[in-house]
Amino acid sequence: MFEKTGIASPEMVLEKFPPLSRINKGKVAVLECYRRIPCNPCETACPFGAIEIGEDINNMPILHADKCSGCGICLTRCPGLAIMIVDTSASEEYAELTLPYEFRPLPKKGDTVFALSRSGEFVCEALVLSALNPKSFDRTPAVRIRVPKKHLYDVRNIALIDKEG
Amino acid sequence: MITCELLVIGAGPAGLCSAITAAKSGASVVVLERSPDIGGQLIKQTHMFFGSKEQHASTRGVDIAEILREEIARYDIKLMLDTTALGIYEDGMVTALYKEEEYMKFKPGAIIVATGACERFLAFPNNDLPGVCGAGAVQTLMNVYGIMPAKDVVMLGAGNIGLIVSYQLMQAGVNVKCILDAAPKIGGYLVHASKVARMGVPIKTSHTVKRAIGEDHLTAVEIVALDDKFNQIPGTEEIIPADTLCVSVGLTPLCELLAMAGCKLSYIPQLGGMVPLKTGEYETSVPNIFVAGDTSGVEEASAAMVEGHIAGLCAAKRLGHIPEDFDAQYSSLNRQLMALRSGPAGEHIRQGLASACLNKEA
Ligand SMILES: Cc1cc2nc3c(=O)[nH]c(=O)nc-3n(C[C@H](O)[C@H](O)[C@H](O)COP(=O)(O)OP(=O)(O)OC[C@H]3O[C@@H](n4cnc5c(N)ncnc54)[C@H](O)[C@@H]3O)c2cc1C
Repeated sequence: MFEKTGIASPEMVLEKFPPLSRINKGKVAVLECYRRIPCNPCETACPFGAIEIGEDINNMPILHADKCSGCGICLTRCPGLAIMIVDTSASEEYAELTLPYEFRPLPKKGDTVFALSRSGEFVCEALVLSALNPKSFDRTPAVRIRVPKKHLYDVRNIALIDKEG
Repeated sequence: MITCELLVIGAGPAGLCSAITAAKSGASVVVLERSPDIGGQLIKQTHMFFGSKEQHASTRGVDIAEILREEIARYDIKLMLDTTALGIYEDGMVTALYKEEEYMKFKPGAIIVATGACERFLAFPNNDLPGVCGAGAVQTLMNVYGIMPAKDVVMLGAGNIGLIVSYQLMQAGVNVKCILDAAPKIGGYLVHASKVARMGVPIKTSHTVKRAIGEDHLTAVEIVALDDKFNQIPGTEEIIPADTLCVSVGLTPLCELLAMAGCKLSYIPQLGGMVPLKTGEYETSVPNIFVAGDTSGVEEASAAMVEGHIAGLCAAKRLGHIPEDFDAQYSSLNRQLMALRSGPAGEHIRQGLASACLNKEA
């Protein structure tokens, strides 16, 4: 199905997530790169050597979650916008997701937005914790949102709530 | 008449890189570009490119054009904008037209043709209605001229161009209704597909356009499902209101100049159509005429840049400018190309290039 729709199945997604024990310790990257393409900026960008592609740039990236600090540099460098940062350490109730979001207007800290799935469907409402767009991100802003923990594996996008309805 | 050592035709990534490397080797270079600016396809690419560091991966296409612009300025390279090459003659003479008013003649020692590719179109009823257009045109209007090209778009083609232009249309605030592709699978990189899928845009594989609908402008598109033999399945028609139908069904190399010069061409579907046969030094069957980039096979800017460097290096060598580290440069560039093409995404390119190989001695 993925080849027909571009929507990864829940099993595919789960495989790309580091173990929950690691996510519970704090920020870590999820590399949703599912197919071999000639591309390696994530490996080049990581200051901790936590992403491995190797000699053949067509290899899929492997995350060494123990070395990953969740800094998010890779998130803004991935041409496929296939990387997000997840963190379940901050509270019992919520998971924090940092997503690349290249649309205008950018939400602001404190806004409530719609959290969307990998097929663009509404999952839940989410609080925006930060929306950063410094020069070093090169026009790929990173939006950090908070969603109920049960939606950790479901949310991959946001949409602003149209005030006019 | 203008005499020069090397004449490069086309200032896209391939042409610019070939000019840079040839000039670096010591050749004096003239570049002809028909557009008012350099960069070719790069100037409308607002997304980050794939590849690796050597090809400026993770940099946006439009910024790669700027990097190349700065590099060009450092060398003995004469850029002639608004200048379209019209013909290459048997005696090696090239004619060109400046701003549709002044004809010029060039007598170069060697030529690199880097004219890129053009979009293909598709036959279906009413495909001449205003509102039916190429994805490239839409992207140019939007990203080069800042004009909102449409309100509601149906995209035909789920290759990289169809997917990327759909995403950029959404960034511009345009509503993309769906992306169709006749093939049973998405042709473009799946990361690009996922980007539009999570915006809620359905990608409909095994679907095509049955007809465009409208009186004096497109108002709707009738789509239809296809079976595994690409036959339309009656009863699956659906009418989708839209003011624009974007056609993105592939590119085909622009090699008319090469045909005129008498270069051997061959039809190689994996490379996009008629392409010139070339040697390992990127020379065509006509001595001193070299090629690089999409002209010799539709691929990517990353590969076009590396090919440009190789063609520039080899053309300069032909003109007697041989850098000391020629062999090292040549093999390192070829290694880059191999790396770009070695995966599954490069399979068709590898197959195509194997048939485009010209053995000079034979
Ligand atoms: C929507 C889209 C997205 C893309 N995304 C990517 C990507 O993510 N990564 C990637 O690597 N590649 C990407 N590409 C592909 C890439 O842009 C092309 O492969 C690349 O530009 C080819 O370079 P080129 O120099 O061969 O040709 P071009 O860039 O097409 O340049 C050819 C130049 O020659 C000029 N010219 C043509 N005929 C004449 C003449 N007779 N006289 C004078 N000048 C002439 C043209 O005006 C043009 O400037 C994308 C392309 C498109 C359309």
